[in-house]
Amino acid sequence: MDKKLKESIANAARSIGNSLPVLTGVILLIGLIETFVPKSIYPTLFSNNVLLDPIIGSGLGSILIGNPVTSYVLGGELLLQGVSLVAVTAFIVSWVTVGLIQLPAEATLLGKKFAVARNILSFIFSIIVAITTVFIISL
Amino acid sequence: MGEQSYSGIYFLLSVLALYTLVGIFRIESILPSLMFSFSIFKNVIPVLVLIFALMAAMDYYVSPKSISKHIGKSSGYKKWVFAILGGIISTGPIYMWYPMLKELKKQGVGYGFIATFIYNRAIKLPLLPIMLLYFNVQFIAVLTLVMIIASLIIGLIFEKIEDKL
Repeated sequence: MDKKLKESIANAARSIGNSLPVLTGVILLIGLIETFVPKSIYPTLFSNNVLLDPIIGSGLGSILIGNPVTSYVLGGELLLQGVSLVAVTAFIVSWVTVGLIQLPAEATLLGKKFAVARNILSFIFSIIVAITTVFIISL
Repeated sequence: MGEQSYSGIYFLLSVLALYTLVGIFRIESILPSLMFSFSIFKNVIPVLVLIFALMAAMDYYVSPKSISKHIGKSSGYKKWVFAILGGIISTGPIYMWYPMLKELKKQGVGYGFIATFIYNRAIKLPLLPIMLLYFNVQFIAVLTLVMIIASLIIGLIFEKIEDKL
């Protein structure tokens, strides 16, 4: 096996390995929430308002951290609990496009104004992308 | 969002502590919670194996150096195409790519291209199997297309405000 392939396998294993603790934690937490939190609570968190729901979803996706795999599992489970598709879409899009944790590194290497502007725009666009996507598939 | 190291382990330990706490007061709730979590694990684990293989393959064929070579030489609409494709096929933590983007900036590549590249990193081809577990093909296709268009609009906005940054 060549050295590059070994490195690639190691990189992939590291990436998956790094995401496993959060993914495991989130899935275990979903189990607890499923048992303790009545399903009727979700409609109270999300209003079914086509504008407000993606804002809440984007807000959540922007502050939560972890590998995108976690966001898909969490988003998918929220969808199964009756949360609207537009909120879940905004949630998974902002999770991967808004990088508050990487902001200092991004600001140092690419410029503070650029990093801040890019994250603000990404937040706004996560809402626009969610509304547009759900609108198109509902046609 | 960010790839984490110890924070993930602390998070898992916190959840396990929560399970312990719940177990002390309501032991009968632990088994249903674990059963529900197990049902999710059962679906996710085989997909993770597939994701691992796809990530290794993409890491093998795509490197910051190879992408930098293509973007640096391209111009006009080709640059946008490379920014989109480069962002989509780039793997690994985002901070690994910042030095390459900084280098491209020095070579005269605008913030628009950089913003488009970073936005398209949100489209994770190796993670398609896990998305398909929860979302249908139509949704994934439309979302991907809308995100690519959004990345171009963001890129164009940055081109307009380049001087102010």
